[in-house]
Amino acid sequence: VTAPAKLEFRDVARGRALQARLDRAMARAGRTVTVMHVCGSHEQAIARYGLRARFPSNLRVQMGPGCPVCVTDAPEIDACVALAERGLHVLTYGDMLRVPGRERSLEDARAAGARVDVLYAATQAVEIARATPEPVVFFATGFETTAVATAAILLADPPPNLFVLSAHKWVPSAMEVVASVPDSKIEGYLAAGHAATITGYGVFEPFVARHRRPVVVAGFEPLDLLSGLVLLVEQVLEAKAEVVNAFPRCVTREGNRRALDALFRVFETSDGEWRGIARVPAGDLRLRPELAAHDATVRFAAELASTPAFTERASASECRCGRIMMGLERPTDCRLFGKQCRPEAPVGACMVSTEGVCRIWHEHGVDVAERLPEEGSP
Amino acid sequence: VSGLRTPPPTEGPEHVERVELAQGAGGRAMRALIESVFLADVTDPEALAMGDGAAIRLGDRWLVLTTDAHVVSPVFFPGGDIGRLAISGVVNDLAMMGACDVVALTSSVIVEEGFAIDSLRAIHASMQLACREAGTRVVTGDTKVMRKGEVDGVVLSTSGVGLTDRVVRDSGLEVGDALLVTGTLGDHGLAVLAARAALGLEGDLRSDVAPLNGLIRAALAAGGVSIHAMKDPTRGGVTSALSEMASKAGVAVLLDEAALPLSPAGRAAAELLGIDPLAVANEGKALLGVHPSAVDRVLAALRAHPLGHAAACIGRVVEGASGTVSLDTGFGTRRLFERDGDPLPRIC
Repeated sequence: VTAPAKLEFRDVARGRALQARLDRAMARAGRTVTVMHVCGSHEQAIARYGLRARFPSNLRVQMGPGCPVCVTDAPEIDACVALAERGLHVLTYGDMLRVPGRERSLEDARAAGARVDVLYAATQAVEIARATPEPVVFFATGFETTAVATAAILLADPPPNLFVLSAHKWVPSAMEVVASVPDSKIEGYLAAGHAATITGYGVFEPFVARHRRPVVVAGFEPLDLLSGLVLLVEQVLEAKAEVVNAFPRCVTREGNRRALDALFRVFETSDGEWRGIARVPAGDLRLRPELAAHDATVRFAAELASTPAFTERASASECRCGRIMMGLERPTDCRLFGKQCRPEAPVGACMVSTEGVCRIWHEHGVDVAERLPEEGSP
Repeated sequence: VSGLRTPPPTEGPEHVERVELAQGAGGRAMRALIESVFLADVTDPEALAMGDGAAIRLGDRWLVLTTDAHVVSPVFFPGGDIGRLAISGVVNDLAMMGACDVVALTSSVIVEEGFAIDSLRAIHASMQLACREAGTRVVTGDTKVMRKGEVDGVVLSTSGVGLTDRVVRDSGLEVGDALLVTGTLGDHGLAVLAARAALGLEGDLRSDVAPLNGLIRAALAAGGVSIHAMKDPTRGGVTSALSEMASKAGVAVLLDEAALPLSPAGRAAAELLGIDPLAVANEGKALLGVHPSAVDRVLAALRAHPLGHAAACIGRVVEGASGTVSLDTGFGTRRLFERDGDPLPRIC
């Protein structure tokens, strides 16, 4: 293993210069500006480098629907729980285990005897299916980044006993919904660099034209984030609305054509519920009819249709995840945050996933950031 | 006898409290377990101090004693093995209390039927070497063989006694103190994690396991009473050790990320695995709280020793909520929290 002698994208002097530029812009603005990023990894980096403590006080940076685990709808989890409880072998990514459905999580089902195993990569689902004659259900979750991995296994001659239960989501559609909320205060959007590596930044051009709000594509190192924010805030204050690529070392206008081609040979967009948010037109990625032979919703349609209706748990009704992901509130605005809702006993999905904003704020003590000793103090 | 309690059944209904793995990981959960079970009826202030060892007045000097049980998987890892770990562990616990003259050690071995005798010999040779480095010896011991499956390979339990004129406590931090660390952070935990996961990382990622009494003797000779507190950041890493030190002293700690010494291999492994090097174990490092007037002297003494050449000042003790540990990343400041349980490699 060798490490670069100097991590250029963490250069503190450059970071300070960008922070000063952000401070100057917001001081000139003389009003509150609210922007949104749409990615759990952005929030993790903001927390990891302590950026939030130094954001100008009149700049609000909200996390939107950027956590795939958090936006997977309770009925989608219920459907998977139902298949697991009928004795089917279910595979999924680790974070999905503990996300509450309306009554039970996959972890609850597993504790009661269901076969639920955790995957690290979609290709493992193929290996597991090949090793058995029994049907294997892959509960496939995530945004366009992980959907490409699911597409890849389904295009590579998968075993006939592998069935995909898709809860994949398409982020650009959710941004449409967030931007269309009547009382939205979001004036600009920071788009996730890794997703844009696949989609290309061109995917945001119709959005910008429609909503007259700027979009800046940013990476995940502190300098990536800070320069992305500077370019976004300066556009907001100059009343500009353009797509700017602040992650050019990875992202192009066209994106990864091969990956996109694979994605849309396997999936098509359809209207779908995003947990806590709304019905998102074209927000879900479901398997195309050509892949019906591997579609769990087709193969197990009878089982899913006879699933008893689950009822929402009482504690969940106070959960603010939806309003938080819409950018209308912050985790600290929720009465349950850090009290009834904690990582070891989550009420809402935003506290379950390491990509969820409530979990990230809780683990990094963002709620106590104002009370931290600053440099220069004794 | 009326004072004895009937032992509860070990198997039984679900509501019975059971030991969880996280309660052995060196953080808050472990301290809570110790306090609720082993210290529940104890009034001895020496035991309640929950230090690395205990100090007992002996004429005009202090007798310091400590004990430690060691399990590690794999038993042999890059940079060391369980034998070196067992000797270094007790020697370092004594040294952290100022007892750098280690009089003698004891060693108990619990070994699983079928364990290779050549491996035992290698572990023994490693213990002997570590003893020579520390200027001490094992004077008595015990050996038990367990049936296959009753213990995982080998468990070593070592105890030690040392002498000192002045006892240093892990509770002695004072506001204004500089925090020194004797070298690069996280090497042991990262090396063992990488070996356990068979990650096939190439390069020089090695455990730092070593007896530190010689290094600490040099620091104490240079710093004397200006060294207010010491602790070795083993399980739970620097974050856990500093949380405990700050909490016992009723102070807060602010670390400077740019000043944290990391080996190139350690930095790369931490990035790759997504693991915070402040949250994993060190077995050959010490944290020292030092009065500002003595920092240069102590740092020079540490750096002049072969085990301390990468010593650095990594932060300072500040006023603030008791037990708070914060990190200035250069871009901003964030709280560091003790984690319950061992860190797991990031999966995506």
